[in-house]
Amino acid sequence: MSMYIVVVGGGNVGLQLTKRLIGRGHEVLMLEKDGRQAQKLGNLIGESHIMQGDGCDILVQKAAGFKRADIVVSVTGEDEDNLICCQLAKEVWDVKRVVARVNDPSHEDVFREIGIDDTVSATGIIFSLIDQQINSDELIPVGHLHKGHVEIVESFLSERSRLVGRAVREISLPQGSFIVYLFREGNGMAVNGDTTFQPGDMVVAMVPTARAEELRSVFSDVNQ
Amino acid sequence: MKVVILGCGRSGASLALQLASLGHQVTVIERNPESLNRLGKNYPCRIVLGSGLDLDTLEKADVGDCHVFFAMTRGDNTNIMAAQIVKRNFGVERVAVKVADPLRAEAYRKLGLFTINAAALLAGMCRDWMSGEEFKPIDQYNIDGVEVEL
Repeated sequence: MSMYIVVVGGGNVGLQLTKRLIGRGHEVLMLEKDGRQAQKLGNLIGESHIMQGDGCDILVQKAAGFKRADIVVSVTGEDEDNLICCQLAKEVWDVKRVVARVNDPSHEDVFREIGIDDTVSATGIIFSLIDQQINSDELIPVGHLHKGHVEIVESFLSERSRLVGRAVREISLPQGSFIVYLFREGNGMAVNGDTTFQPGDMVVAMVPTARAEELRSVFSDVNQ
Repeated sequence: MKVVILGCGRSGASLALQLASLGHQVTVIERNPESLNRLGKNYPCRIVLGSGLDLDTLEKADVGDCHVFFAMTRGDNTNIMAAQIVKRNFGVERVAVKVADPLRAEAYRKLGLFTINAAALLAGMCRDWMSGEEFKPIDQYNIDGVEVEL
């Protein structure tokens, strides 16, 4: 199912996300406040995918077609901008799904309280990798296929993940799911049966939504 | 009353000075120490250095105990986010929010925040001053009046 997705914030996170979403066949428009950065992005991903403007400005939101957006993702470096962008998307434009990047992990509760259902906190994820007390078994939803019946998820592997040191062929995954891709030290790589997981890997998997919980426990840390 | 003011810019600082001179107990939250010069030599209020979006800073300013909170920084989004944190997390009921963008001010007014749009306020007061009309309650100035079709 192809969707119309607006990505607000043309930093590195926004750019990588936009590229991947375009690769998945979605219609994607990126909003970037800074004129020069917007131009640079236009050269990278094509001018039709980029618009210069403040993603929190209601008139810009109108021009960007928030009204018909299936998802609005706000990934700027400022929490207040991400919050207000997503809140306006929901309240003014009735966007069904909004996703906000949360830079300060202590704001996650604030976002949830205010009604932003999906938040992604890079700080939180990295912190959980470093801090052994915290389990990093979170599956981060990246997208949906088949009207939401199949989920694409990412997961960072901590040192204590059950997957670490094991090869793909040794891992039994929930029915219908498979590991499709791997990011290691910033590089993407294809996965085959011999691929062995290391701490710090980011694994991309597809899973039937009903079995996401099972997959979570496969990815989870030892001694939980 | 106990009052917390976020932002020691021109409007935040004057508000702090005016309220302090009326005898209110004022706390100002400000990130930039240089901005505190606006309060004069002897600050008539308590100062908490830090970001108004930082929960620890808000805690330090005893926001939970205040009667009124003003979000007066120059960042609309900062003000709107801080106001919502203060209302929801700290249970403050009287919260006023400075919002420079008329559309955003209107959108959040509909969502239940008391937003103040300085441009609309100033324009309306100038209009009435010129026509020699009596000044009205703030709510009647505070709206831009230009409806934008969405």
